Amino acid sequence: MPKAKSDAGSGAEPAAVVPAQDEDFALRSLQEALEADKRYKPSKEELLHFYEQMLLIRRFEERAGQLYGLGLIGGFCHLYIGQEAVAVGLQSALDGERDSVITGYRDHGHMLAYGIDPKVIMAELTGRAAGISRGKGGSMHMFSVEHKFYGGHGIVGAQVSLGAGLAFAHKYREDGGVAMAYFGDGAANQGQVYESFNMAALWKLPIIFVIENNGYAMGTAVKRGSAETHFYRRGTAFRIPGMQVDGMDVLEVRKAAEVALEYVRAGNGPVLMELNTYRYRGHSMSDPAKYRSREEVQDVREKRDPIDHAKNELIAMGVDEAALKDIDKRVRAAVAESADFAENSPEPEAAELYTDVLVERY
Amino acid sequence: MAIELKMPALSPTMEEGKLARWLVKEGDEVTSGDIIAEIETDKATMEFEAVDEGTVGKLLVAEGTDGVKVGTVIAVLAGEGEDASTVSAAAPKAEAAPAAGAAAARPEAPAPVAKKDTEVPYGTNMKTSTVREALRDAMAEEMRRDDRVFVMGEEVAEYQGAYKVTQGLLEEFGPRRVIDTPITEYGFAGIGTGAAMGGLRPVIEFMTFNFAMQAIDHIINSAAKTNYMSGGQMRCPVVFRGPNGAAARVGAQHSQNYGPWYANVPGLVVIAPYDASDAKGLLKAAIRSEDPVVFLENELVYGRTFELPELDDHVLPIGKARIMREGKDVTIVSYSIGVGLALEAAEQLAGEGIDAEVIDLRTLRPLDKETVLASLAKTNRMVVAEEGFPVCSIASEIIAICMEDGFDDLDAPVVRVCNEDVPLPYAANLEKLALIDTPRIVEAVRKVCYR
Repeated sequence: MPKAKSDAGSGAEPAAVVPAQDEDFALRSLQEALEADKRYKPSKEELLHFYEQMLLIRRFEERAGQLYGLGLIGGFCHLYIGQEAVAVGLQSALDGERDSVITGYRDHGHMLAYGIDPKVIMAELTGRAAGISRGKGGSMHMFSVEHKFYGGHGIVGAQVSLGAGLAFAHKYREDGGVAMAYFGDGAANQGQVYESFNMAALWKLPIIFVIENNGYAMGTAVKRGSAETHFYRRGTAFRIPGMQVDGMDVLEVRKAAEVALEYVRAGNGPVLMELNTYRYRGHSMSDPAKYRSREEVQDVREKRDPIDHAKNELIAMGVDEAALKDIDKRVRAAVAESADFAENSPEPEAAELYTDVLVERY
Repeated sequence: MAIELKMPALSPTMEEGKLARWLVKEGDEVTSGDIIAEIETDKATMEFEAVDEGTVGKLLVAEGTDGVKVGTVIAVLAGEGEDASTVSAAAPKAEAAPAAGAAAARPEAPAPVAKKDTEVPYGTNMKTSTVREALRDAMAEEMRRDDRVFVMGEEVAEYQGAYKVTQGLLEEFGPRRVIDTPITEYGFAGIGTGAAMGGLRPVIEFMTFNFAMQAIDHIINSAAKTNYMSGGQMRCPVVFRGPNGAAARVGAQHSQNYGPWYANVPGLVVIAPYDASDAKGLLKAAIRSEDPVVFLENELVYGRTFELPELDDHVLPIGKARIMREGKDVTIVSYSIGVGLALEAAEQLAGEGIDAEVIDLRTLRPLDKETVLASLAKTNRMVVAEEGFPVCSIASEIIAICMEDGFDDLDAPVVRVCNEDVPLPYAANLEKLALIDTPRIVEAVRKVCYR
């Protein structure tokens, strides 16, 4: 096996080969750190909070699907059902004061994971003036600059370069923040992703690239569209360490986020995380999902569901069914309230057509 | 409370469908995610999933029913503690989505703001400067003024700029603020746009705008549209700049004027200056703008020397055209390198007794219609001179404006003088034939003056 070259000059003492000098070591180091201690150990309250957030996303998305069916939501609507543990686990580890997040068009779950009022999210879905983008963005274009959540982007892969730009701004300002850019297994094949990997690694930008691998790029199964299906290895050519994480386990996701954040915050440059997850619904509302079997979906629902998983863990921690029922009721009530609000609040004024095209007047 | 299950819209355009098959029967327990029916649309057969938990009460629409309108109650679900056999559908309600406001009156677009006077104060000392130096000085002054401003692009730092526009910036500002990128336009345009979203003031140089085609997605989809899509939450104060249009003998792929492309997009500001004073004053304004700006320079003009006012802070208003030469017989509208040709043509026409007014648009979006129309009202004749393709050009737009808003002032049709409608050839003679030149402008002016 060829030995890795040491960076030390030729005059240095010949040292025993230590793992740190193995060129491949850095690429695996974070995975090894995660493997050593895979799951976050939450307090009962923390896990209850994760559970409630995931349940809120699930119920919210189910209701969004319903409202779509009633014609109250139009256009494209991509639901996050099945993937809840990813946004909840990752975002719970971020520093809300400093860190920024950007994602693609499947963005409702990320907004909810910030604790943003479900009413303004649902009202954006129905295109109302009270929506977080004043009804001008819709399902795919939601933003909350207040929470350092930068959208909500509809062009597959664009958020990866934009996220590298957010990371550039953190580094330029030396504000200690880290950017987190989510994208899917489909976007992972876009050219600009690799341009961004190169520059992020070259300039040691503080960014975590998060591939939410839900198995399908729209209707194309990963193995039909990707030569390298182990997405965590996709940064190897740029010397970006990769991590493969069970995206259906909120505690593993949280732990992985901590490992990655520690590395990135220390100024070491980017990390690439692959989160293996699954979407239960179609790519968007108009997807008949004929590219996979009903059994496949049912199997994941029964065996890997992130919410059931957390629920069982809570019961094992001694939380009683009544407490879980209370959460369920609270979540249902919040979702019902958001749906009523979204259905009954007014559409934007016609004059809004012309606002926000440009910031200044010339 | 009983839950009504309604015929879902399964695509953005679906209005009705066929209830092909029920997969549950009355009295069945369902939980969220269970498939309860198959519905056929004109495109596909889709599965209809339960969202709530409960017991299936009545199935109100028989399977095989065609033409079931979206929103029709097709079944009811009894919730916890209810008797499925007794629940029934509530009185039917109007299920129509809110009226789309078809009858609403069309709102008026806001009127443009009154433009400030652009004249340099009387008695200002003038020095001479090339356009290249003026652009560099604009960036340097803004970088001194605001730490958020940085310059990024291919060869902008150590090489001093492929066309030497960023000469000396690395020395003064260092590698933190003057950043060489790999040759990856799509990626670094995205990084610049993202940095602007994150609060910085990037100046992104394209070695030429021909290469910006690799990056045009970020200029248009990311930079131009985000403020609108976010309801005004997310600004993107980025400047994309570099040479645009035909250079000399570089062939079709390195010679296009993209002014009309960018000027087509709401959410962008597009500037294309001609002389050194406008290059400097407008680039400074572009860097300070809260909006994304496409700033189109011209390689052939970089080395030309013009007068430049010696002012501490020479900033010009965006969106204001400039009358380069006053005249009463005919107006020649142009921008960028075309302005030089138009001025030459006006000089020559003066010898023939035709007094031409020359307008430099300077900003292509928002376009200064008022100045164009005021000049038309004065001269009643107009030629548009543009170094670029004729089809769907800035010239086309000016002509449309004159037709719509200046028709009564026209004594002759507006004529455009553009490049030939072909990819730019390499051969010297063919290139010359393809490109706009002074004689063609002179000829067009004679034509609209019926001489």
